[in-house]
Amino acid sequence: MTDKSQAKKQRSSKMSAVSSDSDNLADNRLAIELVQINKHFGAVHANKNIDLPIKSGTVHGIVGENGAGKTTLMSILYGFYTADSGQIKVDGKQVKIKDSSHALKLGIGMVHQHFMLVENFSVLENIILGVEDNFLLKTSISKARKELKRLASEYELEVDPDMLIEDLSVGQQQRVEILKALYRGAEILILDEPTGVLTPTEADHLFRVLNTLKDQGKTIVLITHKLREIMAITDEVSVMRRGAMVKTLQTKNTNPSELAELMVGRSVLLHVEKGKANPKEIKLEVKDLEVEDDIGVIRVKGVSFNVRAGEIVGIAGVSGNGQSELLEAISGMRKQNSGQLLINGKEIKISGDDGAKKLRQVKLAHVPEDRQEQGLVVSFEQWENAILGYQDDDKYGKGAFLSVRACKEEARRQIKDFDVRPPNERLKVANFSGGNQQKIVLAREISRDPEIFIVGQPTRGVDIGAIEAIHNNIIAMRDAGKAILLVSVELDEIRSLSDRILVMFDGHIVGEADPAIVTEGELGLLMAGVSGKQPKVATATLKEKAGVSGKQPKVATATLKEKAGVPGTEAKRETAARKKSKAKTSKGVVK
Amino acid sequence: MSARKPLPRWADIVLLPVLNLTLAFVISGLVVLMVGEDPFKAMKILLYGAFGYGEGIGYTLHFATNFVFAGLAFAIASHAGQFNIGAEGQAYIAGLGAIFVGLTLDQTHWLLVLPIAMLAAGAIGGIWGFIPGYLAAKRGSHVVITTIMFNFIAATFMVYMLNNVLKPQGQMAPESASVVNAGKIPQLREFWDFFGYAPVNVMLFIAILALAGAYILLWHTELGYKIRTMGQNPNAAHYAGISNSKIIMISMTLSGAIAGMIAVNEVLGVQNRLVVDFVFGYGFVGIAVGLMGRNHPIGIALAAILFGALYQGGLELAFYMPAITREMIIVIQALVILFTGAMEGLFRTPLEIFFTTLDLNKNGENKNSNNKLKKQES
Repeated sequence: MTDKSQAKKQRSSKMSAVSSDSDNLADNRLAIELVQINKHFGAVHANKNIDLPIKSGTVHGIVGENGAGKTTLMSILYGFYTADSGQIKVDGKQVKIKDSSHALKLGIGMVHQHFMLVENFSVLENIILGVEDNFLLKTSISKARKELKRLASEYELEVDPDMLIEDLSVGQQQRVEILKALYRGAEILILDEPTGVLTPTEADHLFRVLNTLKDQGKTIVLITHKLREIMAITDEVSVMRRGAMVKTLQTKNTNPSELAELMVGRSVLLHVEKGKANPKEIKLEVKDLEVEDDIGVIRVKGVSFNVRAGEIVGIAGVSGNGQSELLEAISGMRKQNSGQLLINGKEIKISGDDGAKKLRQVKLAHVPEDRQEQGLVVSFEQWENAILGYQDDDKYGKGAFLSVRACKEEARRQIKDFDVRPPNERLKVANFSGGNQQKIVLAREISRDPEIFIVGQPTRGVDIGAIEAIHNNIIAMRDAGKAILLVSVELDEIRSLSDRILVMFDGHIVGEADPAIVTEGELGLLMAGVSGKQPKVATATLKEKAGVSGKQPKVATATLKEKAGVPGTEAKRETAARKKSKAKTSKGVVK
Repeated sequence: MSARKPLPRWADIVLLPVLNLTLAFVISGLVVLMVGEDPFKAMKILLYGAFGYGEGIGYTLHFATNFVFAGLAFAIASHAGQFNIGAEGQAYIAGLGAIFVGLTLDQTHWLLVLPIAMLAAGAIGGIWGFIPGYLAAKRGSHVVITTIMFNFIAATFMVYMLNNVLKPQGQMAPESASVVNAGKIPQLREFWDFFGYAPVNVMLFIAILALAGAYILLWHTELGYKIRTMGQNPNAAHYAGISNSKIIMISMTLSGAIAGMIAVNEVLGVQNRLVVDFVFGYGFVGIAVGLMGRNHPIGIALAAILFGALYQGGLELAFYMPAITREMIIVIQALVILFTGAMEGLFRTPLEIFFTTLDLNKNGENKNSNNKLKKQES
């Protein structure tokens, strides 16, 4: 360890009661200690008596299923929520964290899953936002520029300080978030699902950065549900399950299957129980389909495939490679630029902005990727959501009228059949948990008995119990002879549900695989849009675990990105476009 | 930032408006005090003027009729997520339809004139709402901007029409010819002496029907469902196969048509001719009525009566307390609009905190008592 980093460590320990002389002592010092933390949200006990010691200068992983309470716990640490009971100790001192600026003062920085950046500000402006020295920006900016340069070279976090955020790739935006935290003097860095939006290459770079940060004496808390990342980078790992802390382990003394078992609470069936598929006639076919997004960027670039009755076709890919647009085009929400969409051999042309209706008429049901943004009106009660998309049906009231009684009957039936909890059709959808919201959507779509079933991210943000039920629903649909198209960024889900896997990258279908024989590694390569040589450079660096810091093959990543068509930029553009479309549709809404 | 619960329904619908209103009256009282009058006496005069005798009630109801239409116009668009602040212009230009029917059918019967005039005024007002709706849906222009501009266009266009087309020859004032026979919508005082000289007329019943109609439309028809879905979540509407652009255009047209009813009420029910600026700001006050009434017909009815009372009671006040000028009345009305409309959320956060802590304390007590019970058991 260099002198410099030692000095740094000393600085970080300035708040501890006992100053440390040797490295050994320092390593056992706790940066953060959480004692008996409890947090309720209404009836939900999100954190139950959590104890969590995080050693200084380590990378500490926190794993758990969606809804296990990881994010809640970190939000308590970062001052977003206050715990109902329990203690927080930072550097041995008990503190009461009031809000996030207070957390920052204590040296705790957080990189959120969804970045908190001002899109049309430059990198520098984003970094000084909220910590300007005085009302004249000039001095702060020049100071920040110098500091940024130092941080960038020290931690391998190169970003052009004058670029606008909206012109950066997702990986670079994340770097800005990290820089933001470091600029504010963070000694403890919390990263919430940092790789969810990254390509494998970008993720590798992030891990190198995290290792460098660790070597410089920072403490890193990594929240994830991907075991691969935990094994690759952490020193210690804590497992959470249903709001409780199950165990804290040394990473080197454990293995993925043990962790998975701890996470779920029983031995995990990575493969869903299902019989052999029995594909019949082609129900859905797309030919050379080309689709553009809201700002006119072509996102689906000539895609052809078909889905037969009685099979599940899974589309794998890093999010932002055109899957969303493909789903929307097939479900009628987006016009096709060129190419054909055929249902039962008949071509469907989308015109106007109510194409979704057309496809529902040919018995295609769609579970959208984003249930809160698209699949539900969260401010409506459940019974109003139970007919969304089918409001014109005479079943729910004759002619132009809507029969509230018929709607509520239908809603109660759906709640019963799909075990939605709490079973109350008068409850606003916003007050249901994520898993139950998803069940509400699935119940609505499945109970219409569709022939073609399009499902996007069926278990995103859904707790483990619900995941199983949802997967079983989808399998049951297949066995009933429906044609199912599944899009998910969860590789495990794609692998365990699909009968055929298509991999999408940069708007193309770059490969088809049989889930029975394909390995995760092979799929990963396809998803990264690379064949053969290039990925080895990237994965090699990961394998070395970046134990040797210093010059890393930036050249390699750069060229790789170029060849891969820079999917990061695409993903970023997607978010920008989504925002824009939101702005467009909500025009005139003043509340 | 601890999690706050939304307000209980009764607090949202009753307590919050009452608090806002109280604050508005307290500050109004201070204003009255400043000009050297007794605020309590002023309040008494205002209330007596609005509700104390037949004619006062008649005037209050007449103003309220206008406010119901204006408030509903705002609410329908608002449910679709559109901020229609053009009811003023939509009502003004709809006057053309009302007066045209009134003059043409002056020799028939008012039962014939009323529906046709409503159709004509509704159609013209509807067109005036449809155009901004079309521009918003198809061209992406902002309805707030376009409806404001359409208010101005309506105002200048009407001045032109009155001066150059509608004004009878040899008359100086920019007014249309008067309806004298069947074109007049009967005023209620013709049936009940109770209302004195108040201009409240048959349109009051139309307003009540409109309130009921709006309720049925919004909560018991497919169109209403689509409008509300669109307003709450345009993406979900798109997903549900609801055409966003169609809903914007339909709701804006409906909104304009309802605003047009103000014209029937004023032109054929009161003035009996078309005059400059007969809308008199009712369209704008309708925004406050809609906001205060939470865009719900019942709320709108109550808010309309409140504003009707303020208008009528205010006139009375200016008459009996010369120190309180007409401008002062406008200040008081503006304060009510400010606190119930624009600053509607002023008490929301404190109330939410209050109710959340109240809840927590209750739960805490329960827990304690539970613990006590357990201890006793052991």
